[in-house]
Amino acid sequence: MSAVDGKDAGTPEQHMTRKPAGARAPGGTHASESVSEHVGESFDDNAGENLGDTVNESVGESHGTNADQPALPRRAASSIQLKGLHKRFGNEVAALDGVDLSIQPGEFFTLLGPSGCGKTTLLRILAGLEALDEGQVVIGGRDVTEVPPHQRSVNTVFQSYALFPHLSVRDNLAFGLKMRGVAPREREARVAEMAEFIKLGSLIDRRVDQLSGGQRQRIALARALVCEPDVLLLDEPLSALDAGLRSQIQIELLRLQKRLGMTFVFVTHDQQEAMVMSDRIAVLDSGSLQQVGSPREIYERPANAFVARFMGHANLFDVTARDDSRSDAIRLTTPLGVLTAQAPGTGSLLLLRPETLDLRRRPASEFERHDVLENHLPGRVQERLYRGSHAEYRVEVAGVSVQVVVNNRGGQLPEVGDQVDVVVAAQDLITLRG
Amino acid sequence: MAYHTTLATARSRAVVAESRHLLLTVAPGALWIIVFLVLPSLYLMSVAFMTNGPYGLPEMPLSLTSFQQLAGQGFLGWSPGNLMTLGRSLWQTVLSTVLVVLVAYPIAYYISQSDQRWRPIMLLAVVVPSWTNQVIRTFGWMNLLAPGTPLAELAEAMGMIAPNMGLYPSNFAVTLGLVYNFLPFMVLPLYAAFEKLNLSLVEAAQDLYASPLKTFWHAVFPQTLPGLLAGVVLVAIPAFGMYVIPELLGGGKGMMLGNLVANQFAGSANWPLGAAGAILMLIATFIGLYAMRRIGKRLGGGEEVVI
Repeated sequence: MSAVDGKDAGTPEQHMTRKPAGARAPGGTHASESVSEHVGESFDDNAGENLGDTVNESVGESHGTNADQPALPRRAASSIQLKGLHKRFGNEVAALDGVDLSIQPGEFFTLLGPSGCGKTTLLRILAGLEALDEGQVVIGGRDVTEVPPHQRSVNTVFQSYALFPHLSVRDNLAFGLKMRGVAPREREARVAEMAEFIKLGSLIDRRVDQLSGGQRQRIALARALVCEPDVLLLDEPLSALDAGLRSQIQIELLRLQKRLGMTFVFVTHDQQEAMVMSDRIAVLDSGSLQQVGSPREIYERPANAFVARFMGHANLFDVTARDDSRSDAIRLTTPLGVLTAQAPGTGSLLLLRPETLDLRRRPASEFERHDVLENHLPGRVQERLYRGSHAEYRVEVAGVSVQVVVNNRGGQLPEVGDQVDVVVAAQDLITLRG
Repeated sequence: MAYHTTLATARSRAVVAESRHLLLTVAPGALWIIVFLVLPSLYLMSVAFMTNGPYGLPEMPLSLTSFQQLAGQGFLGWSPGNLMTLGRSLWQTVLSTVLVVLVAYPIAYYISQSDQRWRPIMLLAVVVPSWTNQVIRTFGWMNLLAPGTPLAELAEAMGMIAPNMGLYPSNFAVTLGLVYNFLPFMVLPLYAAFEKLNLSLVEAAQDLYASPLKTFWHAVFPQTLPGLLAGVVLVAIPAFGMYVIPELLGGGKGMMLGNLVANQFAGSANWPLGAAGAILMLIATFIGLYAMRRIGKRLGGGEEVVI
């Protein structure tokens, strides 16, 4: 990325090239100036993987500072309502089986699920590229169920980018505006503005087959954004990039969305990506919604075993009996032993996330004192995978294998063969439907 | 230093060995082309600059008489006949190529969108006629277009031809014959282009507000351009030099350059004039190819097809 931005924001020529764009914006020059201000920040060269843990903070910040001063978008974000979507391809199982969904204006909304779950079909239905068997699609208050794709104010960033190979970068960017009948002068201004915005101004006259994967990805994004759609649809736009570039563009994309305040609908099969980027996530499986919620809700309070497993490592055990007789706690009988929980819910499956568990080494002399401490499960370390920042354990408890992740705080990490207690916090215990 | 020299020597030795090897592989084919194409062509070209002898054989001295004759200069003064034949050849070539494109494009698209099982059969149906002898097929058209046939009577009823004339011999019959004859050569490359059509580009165009017509023009057509240009080359060049079809379906007013050339080597016995006609054909073909290349570059595709 750093190789492509030849210019830095703020040279006089660049201000000149941006002027016509500002003249067009309802906010006059203010809008164009705020664009130029943000160019430097938006695709930050230093935004590398190491920013991963601070990204939430910085995103919140940029959101705050830009809320009253939006950059590129000159129109309000749109909501989406989906009602009773059904879609079946030929005689196969339903690709979508009764999906109801409501997406808020300005939301970064992710459709997450394994391949074949219907997430891409859902996105294509939003774009109008796929016809519905049943149901209704409302975008920005307008029923677009029967509206063909070229009449929907929705643009897509395709997984394959789908850039026109016979056109230059400039003509690719201008394509949507041209088709919409935007006058040549305004078109050029907006294309130039967008090229600067994504820091690819120097490549504008290249042919797209002369660009790298990351550059193409940005052109695809810019080609969709320059049309200023009501909703931007992104179909696994990062899946073709290598890991380093991918996490960098994740952050850029996230910041961009917050700055634009545009409604993004993002499709991915990568739960990490979904959690990093989304305001809310819809988890799909076999054409139906499993759960809709914020990343934390989805990860920490999964609605069922599928969601729990899909979002990360999960220890799941059957609850064979429950005892509600104590007023302050509920006692659950599981294959691991009896556990005390505070508000576990009424499901029949116990979920223990590996990182909520802890390991305590237990001196051999104490080992006979079975289950003296509440929620201390005696076990033996079977396997340890040391990963530097943390270690992944496989511990045998009452003949059952339990996954535990222990942060490396510099203390002693139990070794294979050690007798340990797996410590479960009562407030972390939740149960799921099967 | 010594090491580098040795390396350089070894490398140049390898290059020599490789080129020798390459030469051996290429030699038979090259020899064939030289003996049966290049040398006869050179001879033919030299014939064009000779004088026509009393028995129609080329003789010395060298002259440009044959080119003057080609331009219409004869014993009885200037006549436009040859130039009209040239013009008719060009017109027939352009017209039939355009018609072939118009007919082949939907066929190729239809086949490419059909069920996988039927595609080979459909392609076969397009190709099989070209396995029969061209003369026989052209005789077939004569039977279809002759006076009294349903087609001729239909044309008569619509007032397009005089009573009892039949649809051939005519320029129309020649065009029809050319379109029919060259259809497979356009359908096949177009089908190949349609088959590997990148649908996501089509969807991207739709997504970017292109109406169906504009989607076709901006996202489908450019992708089929290499196939289209290949088809045009395969159709236009042989059509320009076509002999059998204008000979059988064209009559005196439907003559094309190929017939003019052939006549000089057979009936009229004027080899230098025939050779000059052949050179003219070559030049026209190269101009056509060059124009195609320019068009291909301009439209951004198919450069690899047109040399």
